[in-house]
Amino acid sequence: MNMLTDAAVETALEGAPESKAAKMRGEKVNVFYGGKQALFDVSLDVGENQVTALIGPSGCGKSTFLRCLNRMNDTIDIARVTGKITLDDEDIYNPRIDVVELRARVGMVFQKPNPFPKSIYENVAYGPRIHGLASAKGDLDGIVETSLQKAGLFNEVKDRLHEPGTGLSGGQQQRLCIARAIAVSPEVILMDEPCSALDPIATARVEELIDELRENYTIVIVTHSMQQAARVSQRTAMFHLGNLVEEGPTDKMFTNPEDKRTQDYITGRFG
Amino acid sequence: MAEHIVASFDQELEHIDRLLRDMGELAGSMTQAATRALLTSDNALAQRVVSDDTIMDAKQTELDERAITLIAKRQPMAQDLRAVVGAIRMASDLERIGDLAKNIAKRVGAVGQSATPRKLSHSIDTMASMVLAQVNAVVDRYVARKASDLVSLRDEDEKIDIHYTSVFRELLTYMMEDPRNITACTHLLFCAKNLERVGDHVTNIAENAYYILTGEQLPVQRPKLDETQMTVKS
Ligand SMILES: Nc1ncnc2c1ncn2[C@@H]1O[C@H](COP(=O)(O)OP(=O)(O)O)[C@@H](O)[C@H]1O
Ligand SMILES: [Mg+2]
Repeated sequence: MNMLTDAAVETALEGAPESKAAKMRGEKVNVFYGGKQALFDVSLDVGENQVTALIGPSGCGKSTFLRCLNRMNDTIDIARVTGKITLDDEDIYNPRIDVVELRARVGMVFQKPNPFPKSIYENVAYGPRIHGLASAKGDLDGIVETSLQKAGLFNEVKDRLHEPGTGLSGGQQQRLCIARAIAVSPEVILMDEPCSALDPIATARVEELIDELRENYTIVIVTHSMQQAARVSQRTAMFHLGNLVEEGPTDKMFTNPEDKRTQDYITGRFG
Repeated sequence: MAEHIVASFDQELEHIDRLLRDMGELAGSMTQAATRALLTSDNALAQRVVSDDTIMDAKQTELDERAITLIAKRQPMAQDLRAVVGAIRMASDLERIGDLAKNIAKRVGAVGQSATPRKLSHSIDTMASMVLAQVNAVVDRYVARKASDLVSLRDEDEKIDIHYTSVFRELLTYMMEDPRNITACTHLLFCAKNLERVGDHVTNIAENAYYILTGEQLPVQRPKLDETQMTVKS
């Protein structure tokens, strides 16, 4: 007979990862770039305080789906989105939604670290300032410090906050971008291949950070590394030619996927 | 199953499969030879089993090394991951079968002096054939990717257990009839027990093979009743 620890009992009662409440939900999402359809009827739930990984071959629509979640596709002229996407059950494509506010609630970290050509401090302070999150200078200092701390960067940069962010190493720049995303207190953080430009050690630090952030944020990550998806996520969604072909607990996806296309993709076989 | 984009990945997996098959064949022939050597007091044959065990160990070491290198190099996923981890486990069961056969072979000298009752040697022979069929079948079915056949294989093991119980009773009877049989019968008893344990390893292999092929565990079996233990106590 196994002795269950309290934590294990709690987990058992909470249930498996799949029972997490949906923070965001896509229903029959279609995306067109001009006449070309990039996503076909994609329905996917994003569980709260979980890491959801989006995987699949290049061009299958992972970034397109990710961009739907904070309406970044609005910035692409030829892009058209149909279907429904909700954040806390509220339709984010509703005309009454303030897109700037939406992007503060659903932040984004890109593939290539892209700090502004300003100081480390300004990179983090920029968002809270334009969103009016800090009334006094002292508040802003506090937000910058906690954000850098949460991004695991504060100790490395505390003595050079006013030096340019672009002078940091690639891994530090990416954590600076994560600090910048965190600074506006988002609820969801979208990451598009955040480690593809980083070396293994910087990657490990970002992955560790993702795991810590999960406690307070809901995270969706696009990754090309199967091992990374297996390490950081609780749920994995597999895209293929614009379709969502399979979605499930990460453990199962990487040991016993159902769909032939998922099997071929994650094991590196010809599809 | 489609081929890997990196062809050498397929070759590495095939090599591991081949080692597993070699080990399976060796386990079968060692079990057979050891039992025959015991029943016919064939010292030379027994010696061969002992030296085969060195080959078995070397194959297991090679398989382990190849599997570990493959994991480090390829970071296998899904069925590939199951195949590699499963191969390591199956190889360890096959290596244990080799040890059990060697253990039977080592008794040949001791039993040799005293005559083995004919009838008794017949029922151990039957048990050995049952076990041998299992050992040969399990690797074959795995290599042929026949998951459903593995289920029946595990069920077959129960017949071996039942047969073992009857051999055990028979041996007790002989020992009680004539104390001069005790030495020979004790060795035969160990031999039968070893054969029964070979059967258990086959069951483990079948369970592993099933998991590799399907990604699911075989449903748990009901706990088996060990009648020989009760006989000893009463
Ligand atoms: N801005 C764009 N304009 C036109 N087509 C695009 C644009 N962005 C992506 N696409 C097309 O949409 C499909 C999905 O692309 P994307 O979402 O970037 O895939 P992934 O992130 O999985 O590699 C591809 O065929 C791509 O060429
Ligand atoms: Mg992309």
